[in-house]
Amino acid sequence: MKYFLQRIAFYLFTAWAAITLNFFIPRLVPGDPVQSLIAKFRGQLSTEAINSLYVLFGLDDDKGLWTQYIDYWKQLFHGDLGLSFTFFPSPVSQIIGDALPWTVMLVGITTVISFILGTSLGVLAGWRRGSWTDGLLPVTTFFSSVPYFWLGIIAIYLLTGPDSFFPSSGGFDSALVPAFDQYFIPSAVQHSLLPALTILISSVSGWILSMRNMMVTVASEDYITVAHAKGLSERRVAVSYAARNALLPNISGFALSLGFIVGGTLLVEIVFSYPGLGFILLQALGAKDYPLMQGIFLVITISVLVANLLADLAYLLLDPRTRKEG
Amino acid sequence: MTIPTSSTAQVIPGQGAMAQPESAKPGKAKRHRFLFLRNIKAATGLVILFLYLLFAVIGPWITPYDPDARSNDLLQPPSADHWFGTTHLGQDVFSQVLDGTRPVVFVGFLAGTIATVLSVIIGITAGYLGGKADDTLSALSNVFLVIPAVPLMIIITSILDNASNLLIALIIGLTSWSWNARVLRAQTLSLRRRDYIEASRATGEKTWRIVGFELLPNLTAVIASGFIGTVIFAVLSLITLAFIGIVSAAGWNWGTILFWAQGQQALAQGAWWWFVPAGLAIAFLGTALSLINFAIDEFVSPRLRSAGKTKLKTASGGTVRMRIGFTPVLSNSAAPHTHARAIPINTDGATPVAREVAK
Repeated sequence: MKYFLQRIAFYLFTAWAAITLNFFIPRLVPGDPVQSLIAKFRGQLSTEAINSLYVLFGLDDDKGLWTQYIDYWKQLFHGDLGLSFTFFPSPVSQIIGDALPWTVMLVGITTVISFILGTSLGVLAGWRRGSWTDGLLPVTTFFSSVPYFWLGIIAIYLLTGPDSFFPSSGGFDSALVPAFDQYFIPSAVQHSLLPALTILISSVSGWILSMRNMMVTVASEDYITVAHAKGLSERRVAVSYAARNALLPNISGFALSLGFIVGGTLLVEIVFSYPGLGFILLQALGAKDYPLMQGIFLVITISVLVANLLADLAYLLLDPRTRKEG
Repeated sequence: MTIPTSSTAQVIPGQGAMAQPESAKPGKAKRHRFLFLRNIKAATGLVILFLYLLFAVIGPWITPYDPDARSNDLLQPPSADHWFGTTHLGQDVFSQVLDGTRPVVFVGFLAGTIATVLSVIIGITAGYLGGKADDTLSALSNVFLVIPAVPLMIIITSILDNASNLLIALIIGLTSWSWNARVLRAQTLSLRRRDYIEASRATGEKTWRIVGFELLPNLTAVIASGFIGTVIFAVLSLITLAFIGIVSAAGWNWGTILFWAQGQQALAQGAWWWFVPAGLAIAFLGTALSLINFAIDEFVSPRLRSAGKTKLKTASGGTVRMRIGFTPVLSNSAAPHTHARAIPINTDGATPVAREVAK
């Protein structure tokens, strides 16, 4: 329990650090971005919106830095991330709310599948060292060195076309309206297959390699020899004795590399024009839409923190040592 | 964006990979000097890496065309004149790839160096000093580890309009040191209680000397593999930033080529030659660096080497699989090798014990 509380405290601290970072970044922007925006949307911005922008950008000079910081937090707790310039006049929170489910479904499910698949293959490669599975390693190394988005481009080039089953862009058939019905869901699944496959191929190799190396290390431990000597079946030794112990470092590795993976998958969304956070981020970059960029960064960070917390819970269940009191 | 490929990142303290590499004795130094190179992975990786470094230096001088120069050969497929074809403006893709090698290698290695120096300072300080300093520095590196680096980089770079390669290397270096710092801290923690460190402390060596002359040499392999991992990450990050078009438009790198290819709908026009060479260039650089990293891992922890063929044919025609710690049992019969049989328990008296009759 103590371990768990420590982790919670750490995540709260990290969330605070990320939000504070987010508070300071726009203060690096040279010049007065709000003035140029007011000029751009002449007369369309209400006084309230302008004020909110000034708080976000820290340009209300009559207030001290500390008061600005407090105001920033107040806005956050109201769920107010400012107004987007690209999708004017929608608030940032609404745009992100629309895009987030797409990213969570695509990236979340794919990452978990990739982890499970890679770990299982790694168990096999580590246990049957010297068999055909060693041939997996050079191939997977090559694929993990390729940028995710480039693999996506190649996949679009090779696999999509007028007659192909795979659509080349978008998250669903443009003739459909998003709803949970028998027309929309198959279309969404069909559109997500190719991006998911791209992410899977490029991310699976890391898991294979680290699990293989852990299996090799664990396989020469004494308790494995004992398990063999007891006459347990090969399968039982491999799965319940070796893999179970080799899995622990891989799970903490999973939690820690989520941040890296999310960065790569954003680019896959861009290549496939998938209506998730990455695609919106690209549009925000093009239009210098700082509130939207900041909002996306904040949401991605918080999501990664939540995923980390879940991985920690899994670790807690798997490793009895962390449950020890005191 | 990729998972760091080094396994030294995931070690159980006190186990194989944590053991320090043996330092060669002076008399045997000659024989051991090229031990690392004898590993086929290391040799391949180093040769490819050397080629890239060479092109980074001479690339811009040997380009057959000016990479910016337009010509009338619009969107030509590869030919003798244009080895990698041309772009929508008639620019030579081969020249662009050559010209783009230098910035990629420059940013990769500079960012790798910055991150490695930071991680060595922070990781070793945290691991060696322990206590409050350790708690603070570990918390710092964990925060940097969990905050997604790529979105952060994208936002910072986009705010600093038209960032130069130097600035980008700085941003990447400052946001990507945390993984190595964590690994180095764990490694230092396991080393600081070793006898030779205790001994040098007992003889009154100064802390900086212990860290510099006792600890650092034994961390070389970990630092090297961390450096290479960061270079891979930095290269991929630069390509990513260039691909979404937020780095300075002046000068070429492989990401810029991909940016133009994507922006000009190279796919829809079937111009595969526009984006394939740049992607392969990235992939081969990454593969070479990963190979070197595997070789370092295997050098430090020989158990990780692939074992070669472990299935052997026996003289009698069966196959047997060799395993560490096991003596293979050779037999032609399918029957089990033990000769145990159930012994009826006699409830009335003593249980009979089967004995081999000695003759």
